[in-house]
Amino acid sequence: MKKLFAFVLAVMMVMSMLAGCGASESAPAADAPVAEAGAIKLGMCGPLTGGAAVYGTAVQAGMEIAVEEINAKGGLQFALNCQDDEHDTEKAANAYNTLKDWGMQIMAGPVTTAPSNVVAGECANDQIFMLTPSASGASVIEYGDNIFQICFTDPNQGTASADYMATHDLGTTIGVIYDSSDVYSSGIFDKFMTQAEANGLNVACEASFTGDNKSDLTTQVTQCKEAGCDVVFLPFYATEAAQVLTYADKIGYKPVFFGCDGMDGILTVEGFDPALAEGLMLLTPFSADAEDEATKSFVAKFQEKTGIVPNQFAADAYDVIYALAQACENAGVTADMSATDINAKLIEQFTSMTFDGLTGAGMTWAATGEVSKTPMAVVIENGVYVGVE
Amino acid sequence: MKKLLKNKTFLANSRIYLTVIVAFLVMFSLSNAGILSSSWKGYLVPICAYISLAVSLNLLVGICGELSLGHAGFMGIGAFSGIIFAALLKDVVVSDTLRLLLAMVGGGLLAGIVGFLIGIPVLRLRGDYLAIVTLAFGEIMKNIIGNLYAGVDENGFHMAITTSKMALGEGGKYIINGPMGATGVQKLATFPMGFLLVLFTLFVVLNLINSKEGRAIKAVRDNRIAAESVGINVTAFRMKAFVVSAFLAGMAGVLFGLNYSSITATKFNFNTSINILVFVVLGGMGNILGSVISATILYVLPEAMRSLEDYRMILYAVVLILVMLFTWSPKVKEIVSVISAKLSGIFKKKEVETNG
Repeated sequence: MKKLFAFVLAVMMVMSMLAGCGASESAPAADAPVAEAGAIKLGMCGPLTGGAAVYGTAVQAGMEIAVEEINAKGGLQFALNCQDDEHDTEKAANAYNTLKDWGMQIMAGPVTTAPSNVVAGECANDQIFMLTPSASGASVIEYGDNIFQICFTDPNQGTASADYMATHDLGTTIGVIYDSSDVYSSGIFDKFMTQAEANGLNVACEASFTGDNKSDLTTQVTQCKEAGCDVVFLPFYATEAAQVLTYADKIGYKPVFFGCDGMDGILTVEGFDPALAEGLMLLTPFSADAEDEATKSFVAKFQEKTGIVPNQFAADAYDVIYALAQACENAGVTADMSATDINAKLIEQFTSMTFDGLTGAGMTWAATGEVSKTPMAVVIENGVYVGVE
Repeated sequence: MKKLLKNKTFLANSRIYLTVIVAFLVMFSLSNAGILSSSWKGYLVPICAYISLAVSLNLLVGICGELSLGHAGFMGIGAFSGIIFAALLKDVVVSDTLRLLLAMVGGGLLAGIVGFLIGIPVLRLRGDYLAIVTLAFGEIMKNIIGNLYAGVDENGFHMAITTSKMALGEGGKYIINGPMGATGVQKLATFPMGFLLVLFTLFVVLNLINSKEGRAIKAVRDNRIAAESVGINVTAFRMKAFVVSAFLAGMAGVLFGLNYSSITATKFNFNTSINILVFVVLGGMGNILGSVISATILYVLPEAMRSLEDYRMILYAVVLILVMLFTWSPKVKEIVSVISAKLSGIFKKKEVETNG
């Protein structure tokens, strides 16, 4: 009896599978935002839920603002579809396929590196142009000629940090704390160590943690203190950095703390006293306190939309849309072109054009897909970023 | 033949095979005809992998009665060793299908060997203790793989746990790069191969269940002392189930790993283990067809609910709770038994008519 019931269920499953396919064929865009006729379809996927959601939602909001602005101008029209990938490689593949069913012509994502490695493989395979706002892993752009980044690669940040420390007199003994289970953090760490050795820097302490035990970083800070480090390099994200700074303050340890672009957002970490971040240095392409018109207008719109100050991820996302708009206009891309045709035109544009955005002026791209822009070192003074040369 | 048709186990088993084969043929022809959307094409291989994982875990949880929370660990061993095998065999074996097959056998064997080694200390424990130790094993595997570096250069294959020991020569290429995982993996997994894996898993598990060994394993589950008293070697039979389960999970891991161009060790964490366990529990412990169906439905469900955006994960949980309540409710069971009695009544009548 039970087996028979199971059999009936199985038949129903097959039927529902069929029904599912049928439905998704007849209305492939049922769940997608309504695209205006003549709009170029941009797909984005990122962690909109889960542990990394802060980056995904920032990118989504940044892109939405840019698309609204561009569409309001008339002329070139964009339609944006954002799918959740939960910062997971498997879900990213599913999100990508969902976007493809929607009719995506350009991929303006993903947000984080691990999912990007999967999506980049698919984009290279399907010849869909991909420009990621914030997936900084060096491996992402290796998948094909049509994969481009608008952020620095991790190795570049590691090298730039070591160079900065060598040329500026920050301290004599360097300590590094990094997340060995994280692609971003260990990517920067590896290159930093190589370059530090080349520059003859004295790295006295290397302390690591993993994603599973990052709730308590006191041991690592104590290690650095005991090794007598007067500069501590923190190549990881703001939430963990907040812990390090809080604990260092508690034990009265006051070295120069130095971070990368993941440190951006430290001033808005929940439950963290921004006063502790005084004197913190970081390399970032974007500062929300910059005085130029474009940044001011973007920050105002972002605050109105989300209620928080935009971080570097949001600014990169905003730049992605404008860079794509510029390339599409120059190349005369229209909505009725196939993704493959658009891909060929955009590769040509991106390898030849110069783009000015919020995260840097005069950006150019190499044929590998790597962006060339200068990292900006800032120091936190009185709760705001102040540029140092 | 008539005798075979009256054999209950044969009928039940052929029903499982038939369902899987029909589902495969339908999906395969749809996919070939170009009717299937890209998302559905994307689901096919992971569904096959998850079905194999769920069925192999069901052998351990449902048939052997041991709660294991480290199934993703075996899957991870399979995935990463499979990627290494496939990369090393690239120049030796030309055919993609053969390479995938060899990688699957290799990954499965490695997972089986690790399962055996883990089993020696672990299977001395029972119940909750076994669950906790397998949980720890899964986490250990995840962290080891997450720190593993493997690559090839002109001197051959290198493997290390730290970067400093890992000096690849000129033109060397990383296959697995520590926390960055495997990138640039050539996608070898195909739906027909996934289907073959499901068939193989079903064949192994169903035959094991219905063999002398299987009956001994079930006896150990139901009453350990009684089983021991009739001369069954309890540890040996539990070990058999554990190793077979690990072997099949490793093979499924290879299929899964070779379906994406990149994969990181963090994928094989506790959540994935629990996810597979959910497939098994909701499909019914010891019910193989149930595992096949629940793995399929529960994999597609969160994806099909993408249009609900932020609410989909909440709804997924609600569905899980409802299914759990629904299948356990005595009223529902009663209704189901009435319906199936009526249905079988119709079948019986027909049988009588044809016989008469």
